[in-house]
Amino acid sequence: MATGTPDQAGLLTRIYRFYRDGFRQMTLGRTLWKIIFIKLFIMFAVLKFFFFPDFLATKFSTDTQRADYVIEQLTQPAQGYTKPVQGE
Amino acid sequence: MIENLDLGMVNWARGQFALTAMYHWIFVPLTLGISWIIAFYHTIYVRTGNEEWKRLTKFWMKLFGINFAIGVATGIILEFEFGTNWSNYSWMVGDIFGAPLAIEGIFAFFLEATFFAVMFFGWNRVSKGFHLFSTWMVAVGSNLSAVWILVANAWMQHPVGQAFNPDTARFEMQNFTEIIFSPYAINKFVHATSSSMLIAALFVLSISSWYLLRGRHLIMAKRSIVVAAIFGLLASVFTIFNGDESAYEIAQVQPMKLAAFEGLYDGRQNAGLVALGVINRDKKVYDTQEPFIGFNLHIPGLLSLMANRSFNSFVPGMKDLVYGNAEHNILGSAQKMDRGKKAVVSLEAYKKAKKAGDQAAADTHLATFNEYKEFLGYGYLQKPEEAVPPVALSFNAFHIMVILGMLFPLIFVGYLYFSLKGTLVEKKWLLGLGTITYLLGIIATQAGWVVAEVGRQPWAIQGLLPVSVARTNLTTGTVQATFFMFLILFTLLLIAEISIMAKQISIGPEEN
Repeated sequence: MATGTPDQAGLLTRIYRFYRDGFRQMTLGRTLWKIIFIKLFIMFAVLKFFFFPDFLATKFSTDTQRADYVIEQLTQPAQGYTKPVQGE
Repeated sequence: MIENLDLGMVNWARGQFALTAMYHWIFVPLTLGISWIIAFYHTIYVRTGNEEWKRLTKFWMKLFGINFAIGVATGIILEFEFGTNWSNYSWMVGDIFGAPLAIEGIFAFFLEATFFAVMFFGWNRVSKGFHLFSTWMVAVGSNLSAVWILVANAWMQHPVGQAFNPDTARFEMQNFTEIIFSPYAINKFVHATSSSMLIAALFVLSISSWYLLRGRHLIMAKRSIVVAAIFGLLASVFTIFNGDESAYEIAQVQPMKLAAFEGLYDGRQNAGLVALGVINRDKKVYDTQEPFIGFNLHIPGLLSLMANRSFNSFVPGMKDLVYGNAEHNILGSAQKMDRGKKAVVSLEAYKKAKKAGDQAAADTHLATFNEYKEFLGYGYLQKPEEAVPPVALSFNAFHIMVILGMLFPLIFVGYLYFSLKGTLVEKKWLLGLGTITYLLGIIATQAGWVVAEVGRQPWAIQGLLPVSVARTNLTTGTVQATFFMFLILFTLLLIAEISIMAKQISIGPEEN
């Protein structure tokens, strides 16, 4: 619906004003929001995008291929590989 | 390919995961715990109408907001690491973890978008009752949102309610309620949340003690301490009891972890809990060196009581679990490795038969795989001794956690006693100790993480998937680079947290 009843419109307006005034009155909160946005930007736009691709999602195009690859990994145990034993 | 496995990569990936998780775990306990304390302060304000309680509530709410803002989303990096560094694992558990983690994401979003805003913006703008309700909902919701990640972690330690599908290479959920109501999951949730309440009480104690030592904000500090000390005392005693329950669960499903906690190499009846002792770091499970260096003191029978609820019961040691013990019907890692290798071989044969269109052979190999699949992970071990986690680290972390866990209730009792006598301000020694208790709490809770995660090595999923197979085939350099990026990012965030927090503490409640 493009418009609600007067009561609904009043409620939505009150909620909007509640958030708007709350954000406007923030002091320390503004700094914290800046930190949150900078952090999210670094995490998603830099780290995730450039350094943390989803290995199977980028290397294979179908789930069948991904499953086959993982099965292949599971069924070819290390040849000549020896994990350091506890204490060594 | 596994034959080209770069062990350095696995260790760097483990280090990166540890760095991320332990950093994340600096913020989480405080967020979970202090939300309850704030709810109590807010309730007292609403019931009494006393403005001092309002000032006090707003002050702690502000510190909560700082901690939440700096810590929020740091856990998402763990999900990045799953997809990049641990792709085999990530693929295999997708069916189990997908639902719980999606629920957590949706739940947290709606909670944060509604009740958080009302809690922070609602002073004099919504009714007192609704405002208080929102504060309580933040506490309830924050703690409930931790359920799912803890359920997922508990499942890795005790993988119930699943079946491995050899066609998709995935562990598929068979019984949702068995997973979420697993005793291991319940214990993990209860222990994590109650210890978080304890940590938050220590946080309040530390800052309030500092104010008392400085002679500032005396009324606020004293009131904060009384509520936090009662809350912290109850939480710390409860944490000790549910920690004991956790130890019992570990003894049932991860006996190797329990043996490593206690440096128990040779199983015994009436096994004692180590009260004092320095673990011998050079000791190996197959040699005859003494497990402890010099003097050590055991409390007779206590480990047996913790493990089996009986003083005279037998607690298996690492040697029993590695080499087997026929007398006590314990299967050793060596025997499990034989069965595990049969599972791996039959899995490979099954896939080949399926590809060749030989259904009869596929059925035969599948039947063999199903017979041995519970030992699948052991099929990837090269030596039985690989099933032993790092003993010295597990032992030291466990005992640091326990010693500090036993100290905290005494501190809370001391604070309550002198608060009731009205002489707390004169007890400079206690206030001095109080200012560092939050730091001790962080050490205890980080040690708890080490106990849980290092103690279960070499397993990503207990008995089914070792970390060496769970990883992605990447070069060491790739993981090293991102490790140091995280280290820099986390250090900057921690500096931001500490400086903003310190500034607000220095300002105190007047400026709210």
